[in-house]
Amino acid sequence: MTLFRRYIKKLIDPSAKNFSELMMKILDRAFGIHEKALDLRAKRMEVLSQNIANADTPGFKARDIDFKNVFNNVQQAGAMRTTHSAHISQASSAGVGMVYTVPFSTAVDGNTVNISVEHAKYGRAAAEYKATLQFVEGTISGVRKALRGE
Amino acid sequence: MSFSNIFGIAGSAMNAQMVRMNSTASNMANAGTVSTSIDDAFKAKRPIFQALLHEQQLDQGSQFLGGVKVAGMADDTAVNKMMHDPGNPLADADGFVYSSNVNEVTEMVEMMAAARSYQNNVEVVNTARELMMRTLEITKS
Repeated sequence: MTLFRRYIKKLIDPSAKNFSELMMKILDRAFGIHEKALDLRAKRMEVLSQNIANADTPGFKARDIDFKNVFNNVQQAGAMRTTHSAHISQASSAGVGMVYTVPFSTAVDGNTVNISVEHAKYGRAAAEYKATLQFVEGTISGVRKALRGE
Repeated sequence: MSFSNIFGIAGSAMNAQMVRMNSTASNMANAGTVSTSIDDAFKAKRPIFQALLHEQQLDQGSQFLGGVKVAGMADDTAVNKMMHDPGNPLADADGFVYSSNVNEVTEMVEMMAAARSYQNNVEVVNTARELMMRTLEITKS
């Protein structure tokens, strides 16, 4: 068994400290980009839900996450990591990747939320989340099949 | 987890809309009241909504981050009508009473708008809940 483990380690990642870390690395690699995408899609749904919640708040400006832009950043540089509890995560900080929606019309009170548009966006974001989830599910069932050896 | 934040945000919005609906009901109930002086006369109450964005800097882990809160209640600025009704026990020396400044039509519209906004947030919660359940079932795939 130890021989087998050593062989796997050499094959996949010689820098791994122990076997469990190696397993985590394998799984990490298996999920790949979809795991990060799932996180970002959930984050976008949160921002859209904020817009719907503030549909009647005077002066509120509708916001959105520029998915493509943020995702490219995540893919290229690797997201900035939070290594301390006081750090603000990249996705949750208001400035990064957040854009103000260009309004069709502005209400007298300065609110730029168009509730029907936001609802449509939210529905679409939910569908996109489901799609990404399906990719992850596919990966998991694949890993499972491999582990079972069926 | 992002979804629990959605529940918090939609919940805060539902709470705010409920306050709005309650104040509308209270306004409607007091529509017929009269008073001796214009200062004592009933004035329609309206909640002031405020986005919870400042808390973002103060409390990162806040569940209602980006939600909405009722910052306070404001009186409607419409003028109270003066009515000549000497027989009323509340009439002043000249025989005038001051009625409330509630406009029933405005209140009805307000109530419908609040109900609709509430429904929107319920819909948000339902979608988020459904996705959350599916995500939890990820291990069964």
